[in-house]
Amino acid sequence: MEDIEAVALLQDPVRRRLYEFVVGRGREVGRNEAAEAAGVGRTLAAFHLDKLVDGGLLEAGSRRLSGRSGPGAGRPAKVYRRSAGERAVSLPARDYRTVAGLLAEAAERAGLDGEVQEAARREGAALAAGEPCGDLDALAKVLVARGYEPVLESAEGDGGVEGGGGPVLRMRNCPFHAVAERFPPLVCGMNLALLEGLVEGSEGVRVRMDARPGWCCVVAEPSKNNQD
Amino acid sequence: MTAHEGARAGLHLAQFNVATLRHPLDDPRTADFVALLDPVNAAADGAPGFVWRLVEEGQADATRMRPAGDDVIITFSVWESQEALWDFVYRSTHLAAMRRRRDWFERHAEAHVVLWWIPAGRVPTVEEAMERLRLVREEGPSPRAFTFAAAYTAEEAAAAGAVAEGAEPAAL
Repeated sequence: MEDIEAVALLQDPVRRRLYEFVVGRGREVGRNEAAEAAGVGRTLAAFHLDKLVDGGLLEAGSRRLSGRSGPGAGRPAKVYRRSAGERAVSLPARDYRTVAGLLAEAAERAGLDGEVQEAARREGAALAAGEPCGDLDALAKVLVARGYEPVLESAEGDGGVEGGGGPVLRMRNCPFHAVAERFPPLVCGMNLALLEGLVEGSEGVRVRMDARPGWCCVVAEPSKNNQD
Repeated sequence: MTAHEGARAGLHLAQFNVATLRHPLDDPRTADFVALLDPVNAAADGAPGFVWRLVEEGQADATRMRPAGDDVIITFSVWESQEALWDFVYRSTHLAAMRRRRDWFERHAEAHVVLWWIPAGRVPTVEEAMERLRLVREEGPSPRAFTFAAAYTAEEAAAAGAVAEGAEPAAL
């Protein structure tokens, strides 16, 4: 299926709700809970979920939701999660990804980490337009608009090496994924600098690197939880 | 952890890295890097899939060993799989240090990291690592010596007869 056809699948409002529900959970989702969240029957939800799998927007697997196994555990349930693949449509056709990859490769070879970070920091500050996000809620809105998919994580957990133990905003999506996978220090460093620029001058929130598998490399947190 | 490539084939992934210091380790301009050594090494030791890393006798790390040049420090480690190594290098507290690599290290025109598969349980040698680095630099990535960008699975290396058996049995 071509990208434009896959994207067009989301024109159906039920399908769109199901897709956004699965993506928002950040884990495997069963048919029943997806149906409930979308406010439709299980059969209709299953039909649309499988359409989304056919279009490569979701991936399907099977899991025993009861946690039991062996005879008597019942048939494994079909579960859905976001596909690892990317879909993009541009009209007229554009190819910024090739440009990004080539520029990143050149910057990597030339050792331009500092210059890239500086440009990103300026860009972040320009995006904030002199009004840095004052708190996590305000920052989350900006991050959503830029495709990061922020999730508020409560105070529990180890908090990483320099964690302050308070709530942190962690991002489920890396908007620069394909290039970041090829040049992690360069692109993740750029990403951090961009977000640093965005909160520059803010008294209420700060960002730092705290990379984990499957997540954006940066977290945001209230700055009062930290000494520096 | 799920079973990964290396575990299935009874192979582990060796990693060797060289980095040319811009300033000596005791220079204030390198102080931030030195301060990160212990916490980042501790993160490696506790990372999923970590097997071994080179440590100089009586020291906490291998930063004083200079087989590749007086101003060239090395890191040398073994992992259960390529995914485990990737997650540590790029998806852990190690990434925060890498972000500042140009503050501390010269840019390398040639490959500065080399990966290769070894039998699980064998401790690789520095001589072997230098040879693998030479290989990837002179001949490009192959099943015997490769990089993240042009990687080979344990199965591919085994099929190509490229697993580093080593001259001597492991001194365990």
